[in-house]
Amino acid sequence: MTAFILRRSTQSIIVLFIMSLLVFSGVNLVGDPVEMLINPEADQAEVERVIKELGLDKPITEQYWYFLMNAFKGDLGTSFIFGEPALKLIVQRMPATIELALFSLFISLIFAIPLGIYAGLKPESKISKTIMAGSILGFSMPTFWVGIIFIMFFAVYLGWLPSTGRGEIGSFLGVKSSLFTLDGLSHIFLPALNLALFKLSSVIRLTRAGTREIIHQDYIKFARAKGVAESRVINVHLLKNILIPIVTIIGLEFGSLIAFSTVTETVFAWPGMGKLIIDSIYNLDRPVIVAYLMIIVIFFVFLNLLVDILYTLLDPRVRIQGSN
Amino acid sequence: MLNTDSNSKIINVFMYKFWSDFSESKVAVISLLILIAIVLIAIFAPLISPSDPYDLSKVSIMDSRLPPMAKNFAGDIFILGTDGAGRDMLSAIFYGLRVSLGVGVMSAIFALIIGTIFGISAAFFGGKYETFIMRIVDIQLSFPSILMALIILAAFGKGIEKTIIALVLVQWAYYARTARAAALVERSKEYAEAAQCLALGNKKIMFNHILPNCMPSLIVVGTLQTAHAISLEATLSFLGLGLPITEPSLGLLIGNGFQYMHTGDFWISIFPGVALLITIVSINLVGDQLRDMYNPRLKK
Repeated sequence: MTAFILRRSTQSIIVLFIMSLLVFSGVNLVGDPVEMLINPEADQAEVERVIKELGLDKPITEQYWYFLMNAFKGDLGTSFIFGEPALKLIVQRMPATIELALFSLFISLIFAIPLGIYAGLKPESKISKTIMAGSILGFSMPTFWVGIIFIMFFAVYLGWLPSTGRGEIGSFLGVKSSLFTLDGLSHIFLPALNLALFKLSSVIRLTRAGTREIIHQDYIKFARAKGVAESRVINVHLLKNILIPIVTIIGLEFGSLIAFSTVTETVFAWPGMGKLIIDSIYNLDRPVIVAYLMIIVIFFVFLNLLVDILYTLLDPRVRIQGSN
Repeated sequence: MLNTDSNSKIINVFMYKFWSDFSESKVAVISLLILIAIVLIAIFAPLISPSDPYDLSKVSIMDSRLPPMAKNFAGDIFILGTDGAGRDMLSAIFYGLRVSLGVGVMSAIFALIIGTIFGISAAFFGGKYETFIMRIVDIQLSFPSILMALIILAAFGKGIEKTIIALVLVQWAYYARTARAAALVERSKEYAEAAQCLALGNKKIMFNHILPNCMPSLIVVGTLQTAHAISLEATLSFLGLGLPITEPSLGLLIGNGFQYMHTGDFWISIFPGVALLITIVSINLVGDQLRDMYNPRLKK
């Protein structure tokens, strides 16, 4: 197990290294780094100071070294627009995005798993067919458009829920989140539901497929034969086994929730890092774009690593295979 | 050698078999019909649109934001209303379908070609080359497509060809994975061995012998990925990062309507979205049926 984690971590570090090389060459080859990383409104002295600071007057191999070192130190340039370190801007907005992603993950799981199990247990029933048809619809609906519909219906037409911003932020056990105030909850509900809808369909389909496969396994038949109550068969024997693919998917889906939150945050003016990156692309605020890129790469590499490790912990079969 | 007559007979038999399998699902047939109608609308948009929404001499700002079925002073009826610049929404949607479908199909075809070449050659040559290609594919697929596309467009800027490039770069990996998986199975079959024994060139074996047998799975992935490409392009254009104003796709139309949303002018955003949704759903349903048809586990 330790060997597996070590090997897998080494792989992640290699991927991180390659990605940093890609981002670096992206900055250097696609555009002129002087132009990309230094505010176009800066005067000559300022430009020269930043060139020195970022090591842009050095040969390219040394420049990469500087870039890596600066990244390690957490210095990825200063935003043109806000005049603050790019990294700080992103870290400030990260809690809002993670809170939104977690809440929508929660929404999609509490609906998707029961619906998926039902559709898998009774594949021929009318309700199951409706669930599956609905999941194709949910799969096909572009997130941003559903967001607009939500705003029109719930915020403009019915006037029930607010459509922009994060609302009041409460504090609980030192954690600050809008989930802890009523106002915050009313603000997070629409964007989270919007983000969840997209994931709902894929988790429903996965749960259904898993259920249909597992329900015919010998251990389920055996459990039934020995007279285990049907509710226990489903809640223990079945659920434990469909959780394996679902955990993997949750890990990966959490990543894609973070990615898709760029869209939802823009529609609902949610002050997270997704909205920040879109605004930065508009404003050509390149240090922020580069910093976001590095952070998101690190985030995804670690997420994948975590999923792989969790997967081996959950499924002994993978563990045995991995140790060979 | 087969003569052309029996060749066309084989094709007829094949088509008959294909259609009888396909038409087992009524939903899929209806979706296909809707899809054909949408494609025809997109192709003939200039002929069937009530007005040319981008002819500045005909569009009047006086007609802006009229609700559906409204009449202007000249007595023209706007079935789906007008947008902020006074353009007829129905015509704008017809023209928008053209752009959206064009970009989606074009990027799907390029991605299919590039992905297939890498996928089949990876399966065929194996070894380090295969490991290298498939590692790239794995790494790329671990990042969500929307993020990849955002990054690429942030680097290149917006534009129709840049959007297509971004969509191709995002999607080739799906095709490469599918092509490799299919080609690995085909490569070990007897006909491929026979071709190798005949000392045919590598290119010939890969593309004349193995490729045609990989087509079914590639077509299935291609259909579903086209829907994905259309949706992704719409999202990017909505965010203002995809197509420029001069190429008004459905996503851009929805984005234009977004600013009027709080005033309750729902039709400017809703109708292009409905058109987009119908397009994507019908492609997905057709793709679903194709997948079921070519899934050996579901064969009777």
